Amino acid sequence: MSATRMSKGGRIDRSCPLRFTWDGRAYQGFAGDTLASALMANGEVVLGRSFKYHRPRGIMSAGVEESGAIVTLGTGNRAEPNTKATMVELYDGLVASGQNAWPNVRSDIGAALGLFGRFFSAGFYYKTFMGLPPFEWGRGTGLWMQYEKLIRKAAGMGAASREADPDCYDHMHGFCDVLVVGSGPAGLNAALRAAQQGKDVILVEQDHELGGDLLNQADPTAETTRADLIAALEAAGVRIMTRTTAFGLYDYGTAGLLQRVSDHLAVKPEHSPRQRFWTVRSAATILATGALERTVAFENNDRPGVMTANAARSYLNRYGVLPGQNIVLSTNNDSAYGVAVELAQAGAKVTLVELRAKVSPELAKQMRVAGVQIKTGLAPLKAIGDKAVSAVRLARPHGEAWRVAETLRCDLLLVSAGWSPVVNLLSHRGAKPLWDQSLACFLPAPSVENVTIAGSAAGHWSAEECVASGIAAADQALGLPVKEPVRAGWETPIKPLYEVRLPGKKTKSFVDPQHDVTASDVRLAHQEGFVSVEHLKRYTTLGMATDQGKMGNVIGLALMAEALGKEIPAVGTTRFRPPYTPVAIGALAGRNTGSHFKVLRRTPLHDWNLRHGATMTDAGLWHRPWYFGRTGESITEAYIREATTVRQTLGICDVSSLGKIAVQGPDASEFLNRIYSNAFAKLAVGKARYGIMLRDDGMVMDDGTTWRLSENDFLLTTTTTGAGKVMVWLEELLQLRWPELEVHVTSVSDQWAGVSVAGPKSRAAIAACLTDPEMISAESLPFMGVRETRLKSGIKCLIARISFSGELAYELYVPANQGEAMMDLLWAASEPLGGCLYGLEALGTLRIEKGHVTGAELDGRVTIDDAGLGKMASTKKSFIGSVLRKRPELERADRPQLVGIFPKDRSESFNGGALLCKPDEISGFGEGWITAVTHSPTLGHWIGLGYISGGHDAWQGRAVTATDPVRKGDVAVEIVTPHMFDPKGERMHG
Amino acid sequence: MIRIPCPFCGTRDHSEFSYGGDGSIKYPALDAPMEDWHDAVFQRENICGRQVETWHHVNGCRMWLLVERDTMTHEIHSVRPAHPDMAQALEVTA
Amino acid sequence: MTRFSAWNVFWQGMSGQKGWSRQWRDPEPKPHYDVVIIGGGLHGLATAYYLAKNHGIHNIAVLEKGWIGGGNAGRNTTIVRSNYTQPGNREFYEHSLKLWEELSHELNYNVMFSQRSHITLLHSPGAIDAASRNYNIMRLTGNDDAEIWSLERLKEAAPHLNYDATARFPIMGAAVHKRAGTARHDAVIWGYARAADQLGIDIIQNCEVTGITRDGSRVTGVETSRGRISTYKLGLAVAGSSSRLWSLAGMRHLPIESHKLQAFVSEPLKPLLDQVVVFGMGGAHFYISQSDKGGMVFGGDLDWYKSYAQKGNLPIVQDVAEAAMSVLPCLGRVRLLRHWSGVVDMSMDGSHFISKTPLDNLYLNAGWNYGGFKATPASGTYFADLIANDRPHRVVANHDLKRFERGIQLDERGAGPDPKLHG
Repeated sequence: MSATRMSKGGRIDRSCPLRFTWDGRAYQGFAGDTLASALMANGEVVLGRSFKYHRPRGIMSAGVEESGAIVTLGTGNRAEPNTKATMVELYDGLVASGQNAWPNVRSDIGAALGLFGRFFSAGFYYKTFMGLPPFEWGRGTGLWMQYEKLIRKAAGMGAASREADPDCYDHMHGFCDVLVVGSGPAGLNAALRAAQQGKDVILVEQDHELGGDLLNQADPTAETTRADLIAALEAAGVRIMTRTTAFGLYDYGTAGLLQRVSDHLAVKPEHSPRQRFWTVRSAATILATGALERTVAFENNDRPGVMTANAARSYLNRYGVLPGQNIVLSTNNDSAYGVAVELAQAGAKVTLVELRAKVSPELAKQMRVAGVQIKTGLAPLKAIGDKAVSAVRLARPHGEAWRVAETLRCDLLLVSAGWSPVVNLLSHRGAKPLWDQSLACFLPAPSVENVTIAGSAAGHWSAEECVASGIAAADQALGLPVKEPVRAGWETPIKPLYEVRLPGKKTKSFVDPQHDVTASDVRLAHQEGFVSVEHLKRYTTLGMATDQGKMGNVIGLALMAEALGKEIPAVGTTRFRPPYTPVAIGALAGRNTGSHFKVLRRTPLHDWNLRHGATMTDAGLWHRPWYFGRTGESITEAYIREATTVRQTLGICDVSSLGKIAVQGPDASEFLNRIYSNAFAKLAVGKARYGIMLRDDGMVMDDGTTWRLSENDFLLTTTTTGAGKVMVWLEELLQLRWPELEVHVTSVSDQWAGVSVAGPKSRAAIAACLTDPEMISAESLPFMGVRETRLKSGIKCLIARISFSGELAYELYVPANQGEAMMDLLWAASEPLGGCLYGLEALGTLRIEKGHVTGAELDGRVTIDDAGLGKMASTKKSFIGSVLRKRPELERADRPQLVGIFPKDRSESFNGGALLCKPDEISGFGEGWITAVTHSPTLGHWIGLGYISGGHDAWQGRAVTATDPVRKGDVAVEIVTPHMFDPKGERMHG
Repeated sequence: MIRIPCPFCGTRDHSEFSYGGDGSIKYPALDAPMEDWHDAVFQRENICGRQVETWHHVNGCRMWLLVERDTMTHEIHSVRPAHPDMAQALEVTA
Repeated sequence: MTRFSAWNVFWQGMSGQKGWSRQWRDPEPKPHYDVVIIGGGLHGLATAYYLAKNHGIHNIAVLEKGWIGGGNAGRNTTIVRSNYTQPGNREFYEHSLKLWEELSHELNYNVMFSQRSHITLLHSPGAIDAASRNYNIMRLTGNDDAEIWSLERLKEAAPHLNYDATARFPIMGAAVHKRAGTARHDAVIWGYARAADQLGIDIIQNCEVTGITRDGSRVTGVETSRGRISTYKLGLAVAGSSSRLWSLAGMRHLPIESHKLQAFVSEPLKPLLDQVVVFGMGGAHFYISQSDKGGMVFGGDLDWYKSYAQKGNLPIVQDVAEAAMSVLPCLGRVRLLRHWSGVVDMSMDGSHFISKTPLDNLYLNAGWNYGGFKATPASGTYFADLIANDRPHRVVANHDLKRFERGIQLDERGAGPDPKLHG
């Protein structure tokens, strides 16, 4: 291959040279080049190494099907492996390098693997590497895993960066009437037609220029046509998106698009994303996605210097590169003749090798005029040359087989074996393409959805047909009468050609060059019974490479059909899966990554807490204060101090994240009575009650207090993590199951800021903040009482006297935007009393001491009896879960039940997650487990909550071992009642 | 993307909604026999084809909807509010 | 049949690969079999294999509507693990893991079971405690490979995860299951098929069951696209389509809903991640490993709505990509090569069924949720045992269809009777 840059012609801008580096060496190209065309113009031939055999590979195409020139773009944290050089727009300063080779792609040590190629047939790895060779002795997976290490190193293609991608990606959403994919003659005309009918049209094109095959024409009128159409499109208001790939079609006319925003720019704009991922919903979709030229399987058909005929035309006419001087062009159809003429006119010596015995007189005359020599009845048998093609040996059909014919010297071997319409996107919709014998290609099947195919993607080969088909597709999409053009095919019918080989000879003839799948591999698959296309692809990996079979699938099917003695349709076709071309994971992810991954919920007191020294922890999606450490204090010291302070004076804790639901209406109490296991019908106004909700299956779902604010107005609180779930559940019950109930539920979680003020001095502290301090006296606000009142400065406030800590305690709710003002008041009143702020860790200590359950105990597998709350299940009424909770296994006496746990040696500690076992039987599932632990400042030692079979009654006084082999080992413990502190509740009632 | 025509909000992406379950299930009375509850909670016909199912417009109007949808093609044939009074109200206003 | 070995790979390489024969025959269906298994997936083939191997029953047909392994066998993310903790599930999956360890030798087919470790990332002290409880159970039931790792140890083993302190959910540690890993899914199908075929079992592809014939409460046979086949015993192993076959047998309800689960693979890369890594936090769920070919294989949640369609939608693609970037931020420029989806049986408690049915000689293997691939060898063993002996093995005694009546709990996540929540 001795490519040269033409002195004129093409769409490159010779006045705009661009510098770039390839494998560390500096080169120059021009604006309008791709990396592939620029490297070709610079005489670079070997650009890649193959997956398995490390064979040298060069440019094979000029588009998305590229399987040879696969490189790594960029370096460091912007390294982008496995990039098709044919798809990269050149820009100033571009850096690219070879991959999957050592020391480089031009001379790769790994090529030695090719010597063992005869052993590396399809699926060979399923047959060995199990044990010790040669007979696979041994057991287990140990030896395989040694082999695997080597295999993994050899496999893979490029190397990904180890650092985070520094660029950002955006997500966009779009809507339109008609989405047109592809901007060749068919796409442009389809878009124009639809827009002229008044439709909102989006036209997407993966290239940076509109035009499709119009860009590859030597004929200058093509440019005029193109420019006129674009002007008309713009005038008609078509939304044009270039550098945008429609990578997938999904339900309801949804398309996934990838728009490359700044990849092609030398200087990336600072505030622009690298790429955008669009989700576009369109009423109709027109696929004018073109067709890809096929090649043929013959020996060494992967040599650098072998490429598709149309690629050569593209390099010549679009990029101004004559890819060879002495060119052999092998064809079986009419489409290559124009290419031959144009190459000859550009100065190359062109020999056209035609498989068909006869050429139409008109084409023959054109060749004669252009000086192209035609040799008929021949096809390529073998490409000769080591790292680049230097000659081609031809073969002549002889009955069903082939015979060796002459050898032609050449520096470029072009192959045109027919065209495959790009039906990939339609395949995403589950439509199976149909084989057309006369055109020798798969054509799209009609879709039941409003997806229409136009142009060469629908098997229309001439420009005139494509234009007509584009217009027809638009009419069809819009439900107008359609005049479908006839598929005329070529003047002389194509003579299908998939493989050229001599009988009985095993060669490296590639079907899927990227994965090194050869024709022999396909036949071996057949021999071993992998005859369905799905088995073929999985066994040989045909079509699984980064081109997803764009280059080789049809050949593979044809070879399998031949082996089976059947027609291609009998073998079937594989389903193409999205994406059409690979899509950066970063683009699919968009902005919601890193610290923006998943919403972060902050309470109205978040900033106030931070200002007062809070260290935050994750609680579901929330950040809640974990502890308020003082200088030099560890978390343990902090929570012990905080819990101690609550028990001695008072503490303040942000509980705003609890779910709050307004339950209102004449049937509100009846509704609550059905959803809670305990009675709510007779809850007095101005009173709160703790309630437990079960699921339909009788297991505990959530718990919390519900406050009756007035006759028909309740405030229901949920756990922090249960808030969303409970709200959905209540809405489901009211709208689906009990529509007769006159109740409305409203989530008011975000409307209130809430704190718990707990401890013996809590009343005094709150009183100091109230306009009417008397309101909070024991008489005025008894245990479980609820009142609405006002804080000083007039803030409306709901106060409930409820306690999670076991102390005299209150919950105060104020409108969210008054939260900080409330905190300022409370803190000013509390600090002089010796109070503190406390976080989740101390909250945990206080509740564990009291045996109060939270999510650690209520894990969705616990019954109300297991949690020691059986007395809260009413026997006088039915409620959600009341039937199924009585299933036999849920009523067994030996079920694990909630208990408290002390270390036998009080100076010992233990962990949550430890299992509780009989000391002489530390095995199996144990008798129970520990859910939560803390150091109890009140008791002066570690304590825990947990479950054990049969509960406290069964284990009181018996020796139990808490075993935690994954962390700590065994600790002797004793089982106590879960109410480890103030079991009678005197403090909170005080 | 499935596009669900919410009777209250208009056509929206399915990602605004959450799928509930089989809409043909009749939940028994709270004090109904164990077998009835067992069947309602644990047994599913699991139709391949057109079924009535519940969806919640969780990131929208918060209404529960009865959607008739083909579980193979995802095609939606009808949508109505689950609450009978709502369905009636819509008919009146329509 | 040529045995698979390095020797024969060498020998066949020298002699033009001529000696390899079909890996399994393509027989015409016979009019009668002692046992018919519907479903030429992993579980159906494994069941047939163990029926022959462990129970001496050889007159068996496996009927497959399309091509063997065309369903979820080829659509999963190939993770094999046994870190289940509910009694019954624990023994079942650990038995499965033990069979996996010898499977390549057993089948004389390299299923490439790579025991590369399965790492569950932990992000809070509470999560570490909860994971410790589960991994303690594993330890006490025989898994010495269950460990809780500190952040430092994790960083050494998996250096490219997101250890940024400003991450939305900073990593605090990990639960590690060292004998877990990945296997080559297609090889498992073909390995079982080849081994079953060698034991005389007929694998009949392109044979769609169109009816199940009954005489009262007994199944007498099946109507198929390739004719009628009578049988003494019929086993269903058609995850994803269980309810459809169930209705062919004249029954209506199962504790199963069909949902679709997407899976993803990137372009091939040089080794980047040496373990299976699992992330679950903030309502997100994500798992990733790297195939031997170099592709990053990953997945996440269900599409959240019931579906029999093997096609996914974009919202989950986006969710999964977000999680991927948040766990491995270096994946930004790595490209997604393909995504696809499979239809899974989601059960009411997230656990499977190996069960007798209301019909005397009909047996059900279904409800595999996310767990079907890893379950394969044990599923085959215990389902074969059930069919051969007409009574469940102790390990699967509670995996019957009637367990919800009794109140048996096999809910690993505590999510309750909503199938879509058991992913």
